[in-house]
Amino acid sequence: MINHIDVSSVLRTSVCDLYSNLVTRPTGAAVRLGIENQLDEIGDRALAILDFSHVRLLDFSCADEIVAKLLLQYVSLDIPRREVYFLFYGMSDSHLDAIEAVLERHGLALVSQLPDGNPCLMGRVDGEQRQIWETMRELGSGELADVVNAAGLSPDRVERALDDLWRRRLVIRQDNAYVSLHGGPGVHENTAAPGSPTVSA
Amino acid sequence: MTRVIEVPSSLDDQSFEQIFEALAPLPPDEKVLIDARRTRWASPYGLTALLAVAQTRLQRPTLAVPELEDTASYWTRTQFFRYADDLYEITGRVPRARSTEDLNVLLEVSPVVKTEDIHTVVDRIQNKAQAMLIGTLHLEPSATMRFTMALSEICQNVIEHAGRGGWVAVHGYRWQKRLGGRRVVQIAVCDAGIGFRQSLESAHGPRATDRWDDGMALEETVMRGATRFRDPGRGQGLAGVRKFIHDWTGKFSVRSGTARIAIVPEWDNDVPMRENLPFFPGAQVQITIPETVIP
Repeated sequence: MINHIDVSSVLRTSVCDLYSNLVTRPTGAAVRLGIENQLDEIGDRALAILDFSHVRLLDFSCADEIVAKLLLQYVSLDIPRREVYFLFYGMSDSHLDAIEAVLERHGLALVSQLPDGNPCLMGRVDGEQRQIWETMRELGSGELADVVNAAGLSPDRVERALDDLWRRRLVIRQDNAYVSLHGGPGVHENTAAPGSPTVSA
Repeated sequence: MTRVIEVPSSLDDQSFEQIFEALAPLPPDEKVLIDARRTRWASPYGLTALLAVAQTRLQRPTLAVPELEDTASYWTRTQFFRYADDLYEITGRVPRARSTEDLNVLLEVSPVVKTEDIHTVVDRIQNKAQAMLIGTLHLEPSATMRFTMALSEICQNVIEHAGRGGWVAVHGYRWQKRLGGRRVVQIAVCDAGIGFRQSLESAHGPRATDRWDDGMALEETVMRGATRFRDPGRGQGLAGVRKFIHDWTGKFSVRSGTARIAIVPEWDNDVPMRENLPFFPGAQVQITIPETVIP
């Protein structure tokens, strides 16, 4: 299931309907709880598009409370709560200042969809994982053998990298295949506002 | 007996040390008169620190208003008297507020007590900051958001660490004698709370080292990102602020207790650390961003 979450709307409903800036830790914690409540309603396996398009300012504290703590709960090499994938959308350069800092601090990574529809991998990802992620972006989807052929690496290394990427929720695993988180034709989420991303899944 | 403390003619972070020095030996219940009659100019630091001074006195102090009409009017336009009136007995004539807006006052003196105050500050400053930072200081277009992020993070330190409310103000002006007359924007955030050392001690206790003092607490927090929280995500705010200041060749200083740490750009001749200063509680932060010279 694909769910579109407008972070600005969560801010207004969770904290104050007059606010348009994501600043302060208490604000960030309240918004994160609001997002978690929405995630609780969308099942054990889902793709959530976190839309920052209408957020003016995101400071470091709020980025830590929302982005880092959300990822730490749902995306880790340990067993996460549920199989939830995140695609970050509508992030401006000023948002990236804060988000890149918190990803680096916690050793996290995420997939952001750029305005041109291309996905972008942000945060701390080692060279081989990044190479396989780029290969998956080109392929869109494929089984292990397809990725091995495209990447030109040994099956063991590719399988290990794909498994790590899946555990970090940077690629989707579906039966024996892996699917890239990216914009383009494919499954369209139902609640998208005009201009929102589409996701192949 | 009332102790009279004369306010320097030009009141900024450096000259304010004279006031701290005069206050330090006084018992907190001694009546003081802060005499600003001959003061001609005050930076955001000067105005916010004057409010913090009043917070430290057990007996309500008196403030003598600047006699120069332009100076007193400017203090009115910065909303200084709105809050000073609650903290001081005011003597002298306070000019009435006019409706005209002062373009150099990017943010009037504002209280920082609760989270909502930071939302108010951030909302109010963005439009005016954009005109000043990009139009006047010639910073890059992304500077407005970064500047506001820095302001937000510094204000949050008051709420999360000081244990009592503080004050923030942001003004722009032209330096007459320094930097060849370039324009600058200054952020000042001052409080009279527990200060950096006591904040760290509240979680970790005093450090087991020969040298554990205000200076070391400032080094730990400002330069190395230590905080009283065990959450590894803490301490990123000041690190981010330092990066922005570096990018803008700005100056960043924090005074707390008996020490003052500064990140000093090439254009300034300040020292990175001053110790054994007269004690004053809380933390007093100043950020100075100079105009970029276009070749």
